[in-house]
Amino acid sequence: MTEGARAGDDVKAAQAAEGAADSPDVRERDVLVRVRGLRKHFPIRSGVTRRRAGAVKAVDGLDFDIREGETLGLVGESGCGKSTTGRMVMRLLEPTEGTIEFGGRDITGLSRGQLRPLRRDFQMIFQDPQSSLNPRHTVGTIVGLPFRLQKVTPEGGIKKAVQELLELVGLSPEHYNRYPHEFSGGQRQRIGIARALALRPKLVVADEPVSALDVSIQAQVVNLLDDLQNEFGLTYLIIAHDLSVVRHTSDRVAVMYLGKIVEIADREDLYSSPKHPYTVALMSAVPVPDPARRETRERILLKGDVPSPMDPPPACRFHTRCWKVQDICKTQEPPLAEITGRHQVACHFPENVPAGEGGAVEVVELVKPGAAADVDAAAAGVAEASVTDVDASGAEAADADAGGPTDVAEPKDTPPTSAP
Amino acid sequence: MPRLLPRRKRDTAAETPKLAPAGPPPEADNFLEVRGLTVHFPTDDGLVRSVDGVDFALRRGRTLGIVGESGSGKSVTSLAIMGLHGNTGARIGGEIWLDGQELVRSTPEQVRLMRGRRMAMIFQDPMSSMHPYYTVGHQIIEAYQVHNEVSGKQARTHAIDLLGRVGIPRPDRRVDDYPHQFSGGMRQRAMIAMALSCDPELLIADEPTTALDVTVQAQILDLIRDLQREFNSAVMMITHDLGVVAELADDVLVMYAGRAVEHGPSRTLFEQPRHPYTWGLLGSLTRLDRDRQERLMPIKGSPPSLISLPSGCAFRTRCPYADHNDGREKTEVPQLLEIEPGHRTACHLDIQERERIWTEDIRPRL
Ligand SMILES: Nc1ncnc2c1ncn2[C@@H]1O[C@H](COP(=O)(O)OP(=O)(O)OP(=O)(O)O)[C@@H](O)[C@H]1O
Ligand SMILES: Nc1ncnc2c1ncn2[C@@H]1O[C@H](COP(=O)(O)OP(=O)(O)O)[C@@H](O)[C@H]1O
Ligand code: SF4
Ligand code: SF4
Ligand SMILES: [Mg+2]
Ligand SMILES: [Mg+2]
Repeated sequence: MTEGARAGDDVKAAQAAEGAADSPDVRERDVLVRVRGLRKHFPIRSGVTRRRAGAVKAVDGLDFDIREGETLGLVGESGCGKSTTGRMVMRLLEPTEGTIEFGGRDITGLSRGQLRPLRRDFQMIFQDPQSSLNPRHTVGTIVGLPFRLQKVTPEGGIKKAVQELLELVGLSPEHYNRYPHEFSGGQRQRIGIARALALRPKLVVADEPVSALDVSIQAQVVNLLDDLQNEFGLTYLIIAHDLSVVRHTSDRVAVMYLGKIVEIADREDLYSSPKHPYTVALMSAVPVPDPARRETRERILLKGDVPSPMDPPPACRFHTRCWKVQDICKTQEPPLAEITGRHQVACHFPENVPAGEGGAVEVVELVKPGAAADVDAAAAGVAEASVTDVDASGAEAADADAGGPTDVAEPKDTPPTSAP
Repeated sequence: MPRLLPRRKRDTAAETPKLAPAGPPPEADNFLEVRGLTVHFPTDDGLVRSVDGVDFALRRGRTLGIVGESGSGKSVTSLAIMGLHGNTGARIGGEIWLDGQELVRSTPEQVRLMRGRRMAMIFQDPMSSMHPYYTVGHQIIEAYQVHNEVSGKQARTHAIDLLGRVGIPRPDRRVDDYPHQFSGGMRQRAMIAMALSCDPELLIADEPTTALDVTVQAQILDLIRDLQREFNSAVMMITHDLGVVAELADDVLVMYAGRAVEHGPSRTLFEQPRHPYTWGLLGSLTRLDRDRQERLMPIKGSPPSLISLPSGCAFRTRCPYADHNDGREKTEVPQLLEIEPGHRTACHLDIQERERIWTEDIRPRL
């Protein structure tokens, strides 16, 4: 099933117009990074012969764009492929398949030599400020390295440029001759940021830039990244497992599960109306610093662990843990499709779908003489829409609704919630 | 500040000061009562004052959350209660009362006998408390048999039962796995099973979920909550995550540089906090539940060295209100005083002024 088949052309056009009305500035901005069909499979070898015994499907088909000046947040649980994606975008890792365009130019096939002049435009900040800085080098050498590698001589010399960078990230120029171990974790992260900014890059990929830091220091670094973006018009790809940090820093957010994007939307949309069951579960699991709400908050408890990326479940990869799973989820992979303006979800039965829009999809779908399974999927999507419309916990009411005109599979279960 | 531990001094035993006699036992309600606890480590660089005068009480069935930045003394406090500082050279002072028995003045053997049944601990890093060469089941069985005279078969059945209750699938098979065969989340659950094997009356959980994904964290927190309900245990939940505290704790103790700076009921701490450090922690939070309108309000600088703490109020080097104290912040250590029933703070600043700052300057910007 293609995107087009799911939402009729009219619907799509209407949505596009709506999206444009919402945020014209973001929409019209140029796309800086365009990723299509990106895959990374790490071969696993076993035995003395090092025979190929399979592959870790770390990243398994990603499509996304990052617009100039925007921050895309990439979230998901440990091992879902966030860092692998970041490293491929940085061209630090060779993709197995797919393309990466940077500023309209396909950089996937470029050799090291061809890539070198472009390198200054994309830089990376790493998770662990301890291990990403060479302990034997002074701060001056570390932050000045990009100039030397790129053979760039800034105005006034490297030392002056480095000292300015140190000030920019809130360190002191006197720190020039010190070593990384003389700094706290937060200060070391600032050194890493100064190094990344040396050549005034266009894109900064930040892989868990604050997760190794204490909250008070996290906030300092988050503010710093924010200021630098405003000052230099930077574009960020921020990778993090912490949904609160991503909410605060991103304009657009992509949620990954087992090597795939399951949902991608503008920040406000995603947090106010998450649509993929996994996103919903993930958000409900985050403890909220508000004791007044702990009695009323509903949490969805996912069963079991994330399956192995060596042998991911077929069709919808989340089906082994999803409380809404139906037969179709096990046989047909839900495509990442736009449901409302700029909000894409890969699920046969998304949550929080406004009744009106779900209805529109259904009408288009049902009149079309398409594959039976497609019809089922769309119709069941409608059934689900009425569930959320009534009340997330009103399972009986929803069943009655679903049993009505469409007579399709009903939502199997309400989520296994726990209210302490 | 580098987190490297300074080298320990060799001749510490000779210098250990004599303990003053303990005060009277606490009222019976307080299953755990800690009074003026100090834990100092003599090192070549100087005396590390990891814990420098902490007191609190905890009843059965209640959960105390302890929060603070890394290095503020949370783990050192819990290890002192568990009697696990062993031969680290730690000098421990003050009093720790557990169900009417004073532990600082008890022999290591007496304290050892209390571990397991009276009190148990879940550690930050599961591998540090699990032996890699023994199966998970073996380790739970061993912990259980210390306090229970049961046959090997009964103990094994108990271990399988526990693994099942902490959510390990197919516990009858996994019981014979080695720790490395478990995922991070499963290891953490297995360690919880071990800590719970004797239904401890006091459970200390030291950052039990810090290394885990939120979905696994939610499972583990649920588990701790259920087991507490079942056994009416007292729980000390140590974390740097204010979300976890809000979710679980009845009371909260905020630590800074080895001292308690604020202590009170959880609702009060989140809704009417009265210490500038607590404000700083709240101001630093990114939130999932709402858009913060303004920039975050971080605490400037970083925590001080515990070898040379600032004189007076240890927070003064980072406190935006340090100059509101007529210089007292430099000369006098603020005592943890009750400002309303059950709510204590350690700050020189006038309490009305603090109320004003919170309502007018801080709360609207969170
Ligand atoms: N060089 C490699 N060889 C084999 N497998 C790998 C390699 N690098 C990563 N993987 C696997 O690919 C998957 C995705 O890894 P990745 O590091 O991208 O995860 P992540 O989302 O960044 O997780 P985390 O939040 O823990 O950093 C994991 O299963 C990981 O074990
Ligand atoms: N054995 C030791 N020798 C010297 N210093 C120690 C020792 N154990 C802990 N410390 C120091 O005590 C302080 C408090 O540590 P800890 O309680 O582990 O902090 P946290 O609040 O992060 O749990 C830290 O500065 C730590 O370096
Ligand atoms: S409802 Fe089906 S398609 Fe959607 S997430 Fe669950 S299993 Fe996957
Ligand atoms: S005593 Fe003074 S310096 Fe210390 S926390 Fe209170 S206001 Fe700040
Ligand atoms: Mg990673
Ligand atoms: Mg600790």
